[in-house]
Formats: sequence, C-alpha cells, structure tokens
Amino acid sequence: MNELSVESRPAVGRGFRLQWEAAQNAFVLLYPEGMIKLNSSAGEILKRCDGAATVDEITASLEQAFSTQGLKGDVLAFLAMAHEKQWVSWS
Amino acid sequence: MSAGADVVRPGPPLWLLLELTYRCPLHCAFCYNPTDFARNGPELDTREWIKVLREARALGAVQLGLSGGEPLARDDLETLVAEAHDLGFYINLITSGVGLNEPRIRALKQAGLDHIQLSFQDSTRQMNDFLSSTRTFDLKSKVAALIKQYDYPMVLNVVLHRLNIDHVEEILEMAHRMGADYVELANTQFYGWAWHNREALMPSREQVERAEEATRRFRERTDHAMRIFFVVPDYFERRPKPCMNGLGSIFLTVTPDGTALPCHAARMLPGLSFPNVKSTSVEQIWVQSQAFNHFRGYDWMKEPCRSCPEKARDFGGCRCQAYLLTGDAANADPVCDLSPHHHLVTEATARAERIPACADEAPAVEKPLIFRSPANSSTLFP
Repeated sequence: MNELSVESRPAVGRGFRLQWEAAQNAFVLLYPEGMIKLNSSAGEILKRCDGAATVDEITASLEQAFSTQGLKGDVLAFLAMAHEKQWVSWS
Repeated sequence: MSAGADVVRPGPPLWLLLELTYRCPLHCAFCYNPTDFARNGPELDTREWIKVLREARALGAVQLGLSGGEPLARDDLETLVAEAHDLGFYINLITSGVGLNEPRIRALKQAGLDHIQLSFQDSTRQMNDFLSSTRTFDLKSKVAALIKQYDYPMVLNVVLHRLNIDHVEEILEMAHRMGADYVELANTQFYGWAWHNREALMPSREQVERAEEATRRFRERTDHAMRIFFVVPDYFERRPKPCMNGLGSIFLTVTPDGTALPCHAARMLPGLSFPNVKSTSVEQIWVQSQAFNHFRGYDWMKEPCRSCPEKARDFGGCRCQAYLLTGDAANADPVCDLSPHHHLVTEATARAERIPACADEAPAVEKPLIFRSPANSSTLFP
C-alpha cells in the first residue's frame, strides 16, 4: 500500500462495516463479534471514506460541513491511526 | 425496587445471542449448555424468532450471535439471517461446521451473513474426534476452506483444557494454514457440562504458562498476521473477569424455548424469574423484568465487593461462578483472592497439579468424562 497522502482514496477496511446506530447516537465499526463506537469526528471522517474521494476532497467536505478551515492535519493524523488499526485502507 | 426510586434506564442490549436450538451433532464434554437441556421446551418457530429480532433491534441491539446447539440444525437459518440483515444486525454464525455444505454457505452469504466462527476441538484428528465424541475433524477442515472460498471473515474457536492445551502451537499453525483471521483460544469456563467434567478438564498452572508462552512466540514469529485472543483461565487469576460487563448491561441471550437470560449460563441462578419472549416483549424484559434488574448496579453486592474500589471494573466477577462454588450468587466470584471462598478455586487447581499430565490420551482421572448428549442429560436430570 502507498504512503498516505492527500491524493490517497481511503476506504473502510476489509472486515469492518461502518454503520450509524441511532440507539447510540454514533457511528460504529462492526467486525466479527465486536464493535467500536466512534466519536463524532471519527465518524464524520470515516463516513466520507468511500474509496472514491481523496483525502483532499474529504477534508474539503468536512471543512464545508462544519464551516471551518485547516482540518487537513487532523484528517491525516486520524487516517494514519485508523490505518494502524486496519479500520481503513487506500489505493 | 421501591416506588419513587430513581430508575436509570439501562443502555441498549448491544449483544443479542440467540441459541436457536439445543440439537447438536457434537457431544463436547466442555459444552456450556445447561446439563438439563433435554427438559427444554419446544423451540421457537420462525415467526417467533423474527419477532425477537425486530424487538431487540428496535432497542439498539446490533451484534447478533446465532448459536445453539448447532444453529445449522434449523432449516430456517437462512430466513432468520435475511431478516436480521434487513434489520441492520452484524450477524455472527457460531457453528461446529457440521451441516455447512456449499449450497448453504452460498445461501447464507446471499442472505447477508457477515461472519462465521468455526469451532475446532484440537489440531489433531484423534483428539478433536475424541473430545467431540464424533468423527468431524476432516469435515471441519473442509468447511474452513469453504468459509475462505466464500470470503467470510473466519474466526477459529478452540476451547482449551488439560487434554489439548499442550497443542497450542499446533493449533495456531493449523489456524494459520487455514487462513483464519482471528483465533480464539478460549480456556474452558466451568459451567454446564464443563462443570461436571471439571476435574478432567482443569489444566495445571505449568500447562497454562507454557500455552501463553507458545502463543506469544507464535505471534512474534508470524508478525501478528492473525489476531489471537488468549482467554485466560480465570481459575488461575487473582481477580475475576468483568463477566458480561455486569449482568443486564449489554448482553441478552434467548434460549431455544424463548427464555430470556442476562447471560447464557444464568438459568442456573436461583431467585430469578426469567421471562419468555413469547409472552413478554424484549423491551419489557430488558427494562423492567426482575431477572435483568436484579444484578444491575451495586446494591445486590455483599462484602468484600460492596466496599471494594475495584467493583466498577469487574462487577464482582461472574454470578454463575459465585453460585456454583459458594452456593450464593451474590457472593464475590471466588476467583478473587479477596473472597473468603478463594480457597475453593485454589483447591481445584491444586488437584490438577496432582493428576499426571496425559495430553495424548483419555484423562487419567477416576471420574470419566460425561459427554453432552440428550441421553446423558436425561440421566443427570431424570
């Protein structure tokens, strides 16, 4: 797998399923016999990881949705952490 | 609970375990199913299981375990999986593999099954077949290949005990060869049939330590290619496990006849009146029933748990173990060395030290293994 860059197109990792759970008011990652409850920023990032959007596009979408700027560093840091946990992969 | 007391609504039953049937082609001597399963009433029908799925999902249940017995013994399994998938469950099939042929594994995939947990009893045909009292090793190996062929995540589950724990390295090699994503090395928990066979199944401390060391070596050697869960045998611990995260916290089991339990072993607990999903909604069961409220919070605790600073970490351990060993489910789990009954655990493990190790044969104890079967169940509970 290539190094993570703003051109990477991350997708939810194989073996995980991302799902909104109203009862928990949160996105969760489901996997065999387990579940990770995501905080709101993690959920907002992961739901944009569809394997088509680049990190740049994901960042722009988040900045627009939350009327803010300068999220690129946070997004990259989260994706690096999420990749270590195999929550995301990219091509 | 007195009127006017603050009642905190519990969180959702995130984990729903449906024991669809007690029918099983295997006869494992360590099965956690109740030893009196032969007296269980008729199984719920398809419509009744679907009602449970809908009601539990509406409460927020999301992880679904389909278990038994052998869930493949139900010919409506594909229908139930399809319904659960439409409802948004993540669906885990917990199976011996017996009955999982190619048409069924394909149909289950189409229905939306997410994951298959396949049990093995050992890495050798001889011990696998002895422990399950069946000839199933070759069949299970074929099923493992089918699971990979149909691109399911595969968890291999091996229950460890005195008779196979020395084979941990070979078991891990086998799992690796089969392409398992996860391996659960689940040291026997002593409930149900395992409780009856405790003396024959209890490993020695040396065996446990060797197995942990072998697991650690394997992880390093294979660069953590598989995720390996080594479920520590709690009899060798000094603090209890946070069993079920506390009864009534996240876990809901429904037995084949529709009885709702806060843990799959809880039916043995006296003083609890377990509701049935046929007559009571899952919401009433989860929120209001005595059986699910009794062990919530800390008010039920006795000393030393009640004033223990660790009570929010382990919830006093396992209620079933406390009841089996001390006769009172409100006592501290005697695995805890703060329990006045801890000697009951150390005496049981000390007995295991005195029995000669004999990993490749039937156990050299006076009491023979009692295998799980309807006939043995009826003999134990005429």
